[in-house]
Amino acid sequence: MDFTLSDEQLMFAETAETLFYDLVTPEHWRKLMESGDARDAALWNQIVETGLTLIQLPEEAGGLGLGALDFALIAEKAGYVALSEPLVDSAGVAAPMLAALAPDDPVLADPAASIAIQQEEGGLVLDADSAAAIILRKGDQAFVASPDQVTLTRRESIDPMRRLFAVEWDDSKVQPLGQADWDLALDRGAIFAAAQGLGLAQRAVDMAVEYAKERQQFGKPIGSYQAVKHHLSTAQTAIEFARPVVLAAAATLESGDIQSRARISHAKIVALEAADVAARTSIQVHGAMGYSWEVDVHLFLKRALALTSAWGTPYFHRQRVAARLFTQPVGPSTTFARENENG
Amino acid sequence: MQLSYTPEQIAFRAEVRGWLEAHVPTASLEHYDATRAGFEAHRQWEATLKSGDWGMVTWPKEYGGRGLDLIQWLIFEEEYYRAKAPGRVNQNGIFLLGPTLMEFGTHEQKSRFLPKMASGEEIWAQAWSEPQAGSDLAGVRATAVRDGDEYVLNGHKIWSSRAAFADWAFGLFREPGTERHKGMSLIFFKLDQKGVTRNPIKKINGHVGFAEIFLENVRVPAFNRLGDEGQGWHICMATAGFERGLMLRSPARYQVAAAELAKLWQARKDQCDPALEADVVRAFMDAEAYALSIYKTASSLMAGAKIGPEASTNKLFWSELDIHLHRTALAILGAEAELISAPGAHDWIDDFIFSLAGPIYAGSNEIQRNIIAERMLGLPR
Repeated sequence: MDFTLSDEQLMFAETAETLFYDLVTPEHWRKLMESGDARDAALWNQIVETGLTLIQLPEEAGGLGLGALDFALIAEKAGYVALSEPLVDSAGVAAPMLAALAPDDPVLADPAASIAIQQEEGGLVLDADSAAAIILRKGDQAFVASPDQVTLTRRESIDPMRRLFAVEWDDSKVQPLGQADWDLALDRGAIFAAAQGLGLAQRAVDMAVEYAKERQQFGKPIGSYQAVKHHLSTAQTAIEFARPVVLAAAATLESGDIQSRARISHAKIVALEAADVAARTSIQVHGAMGYSWEVDVHLFLKRALALTSAWGTPYFHRQRVAARLFTQPVGPSTTFARENENG
Repeated sequence: MQLSYTPEQIAFRAEVRGWLEAHVPTASLEHYDATRAGFEAHRQWEATLKSGDWGMVTWPKEYGGRGLDLIQWLIFEEEYYRAKAPGRVNQNGIFLLGPTLMEFGTHEQKSRFLPKMASGEEIWAQAWSEPQAGSDLAGVRATAVRDGDEYVLNGHKIWSSRAAFADWAFGLFREPGTERHKGMSLIFFKLDQKGVTRNPIKKINGHVGFAEIFLENVRVPAFNRLGDEGQGWHICMATAGFERGLMLRSPARYQVAAAELAKLWQARKDQCDPALEADVVRAFMDAEAYALSIYKTASSLMAGAKIGPEASTNKLFWSELDIHLHRTALAILGAEAELISAPGAHDWIDDFIFSLAGPIYAGSNEIQRNIIAERMLGLPR
């Protein structure tokens, strides 16, 4: 039993953090919002060169073959900067699925190519227009298409940096990939959304803390008042008790049993709740400034809102936790129990 | 990260489980705060635990422990709650003062106090709060005056859990003339010695586990001072760190309650508001999250980290989850919620009443939120 991260995991996460923090600045967000793009070519190249797109890809497909925990740590850092480049769903969910179904697909050989994925049949697809390939779903079957083989219709999101598309397609004109493991895709999508939620939450708190130290009212920084302190402590506490769940869920994702799925769902629920409470708190602490487009807090609120119901709604995930709670042994010796062993 | 137990840890769990199955009393004991008899029955249980060498498993063997690591401690606690073993009457000693003594005590002090603490021969109460010094603990007025090799203690302590029946107390006293955080010392005194008067205070559950303590020219050897003279505040804060951090509230306690809640829900859901299921699931998730967080903390401590101000988030989390969990149970019980439980049944109403103390003791949740804001987030005082 060891709940610590390895030095390699910490180092990789720190590399991503530095890269993101240096390049994904408020100016970067402004530039994307003005241009309507979700991707900055220079930043994307850096992400690719750092190897962040290769973490979840199997070694046979030219990737690093690392686990969900390694990538979750990167997704957390991506959340901290509200990254809009298509790293998380492409490299965390879509590329591993394509590698499992079509390991020789040329798109996989190009680490700079992004892959979009449809979460559910008929659902909207994130970053479909800029993807080299789009994985589409019909029943349990997966198909792959390039953007020019399908009809994309943009659907505006409240999050100005999320580019969502309705996809019309004819399954005779796209390449069938056969039956896919959509449950695994959902688990990956959910845990990486949860990890992003942790990052979003921490950034929202950090922004509010900085503001509350500077902003003076009644002759004192507003952060010296208990009413403000207590809001922020509550938000930070939500983060502190979501993070171990996210880490544990990512570390045991591959077992794919009912306990693993419940823990992913738990992580998804509480990490996005933390993001929501942190973002709303941050807006409140910023006062009227928090309600302005100019202050960046709203980006975190909107991303949290979008991710709350991406890769499964809170209701869907709560049912998965309930299934584990009501059908498996529970109690203090079952925290790390697996489905196929005796509690 | 390796989230599974080693064969040794699995074998250890089996050993603990086997011993507890053979020794935990079949009939539950009267509460240790209810009567002297209940208190003594719990002291007897501590002696039984000690006979199996389970008194305080993480302490070194020379001080009455087993020399186990924190993961083993968690496994022990999980089995302890799973077995519904009696509550630890000496928790102020073994979980609060014990770790503090381990860090600040001399070898002689550790040898004198720890083994008898681990065996329950000496049961401890905490004597920090005073009528005018609650959340503002630096307002303590009780005094300790040095007289040769002794201290003479005077003052009025209150809200002292277990002090009505306990043997010893560890108190916070100041040198006369000093102010606030300076000049305080942590000093032990016997609760039955000359000059000590203790008056039980009845709690909202009818128990008498609190006491107020009057000290009038109570003489104790200077040996009973922990740490240096004037270092009392610093030591108290370290104790509070243990209190809020790892030891005081074992996650297993909430996991057992959440499992019981799930059973209660399944037995009664046909007569209940279906929306309550979300609360049942929430209670389970919260108990799991707390357990995972404590496993994470235990692993970091074993890798050499220290408990920091983030420990204050623990106290907020377990106290709030405890209230939510028990309110959910009462909602499921409906009109039966107010009824005193039959012997042997899970005592939801009593545990609910107890849960309301959580946000108050061990530093009120308002103080914890201040600590998180100031020491973790860096907001100005």
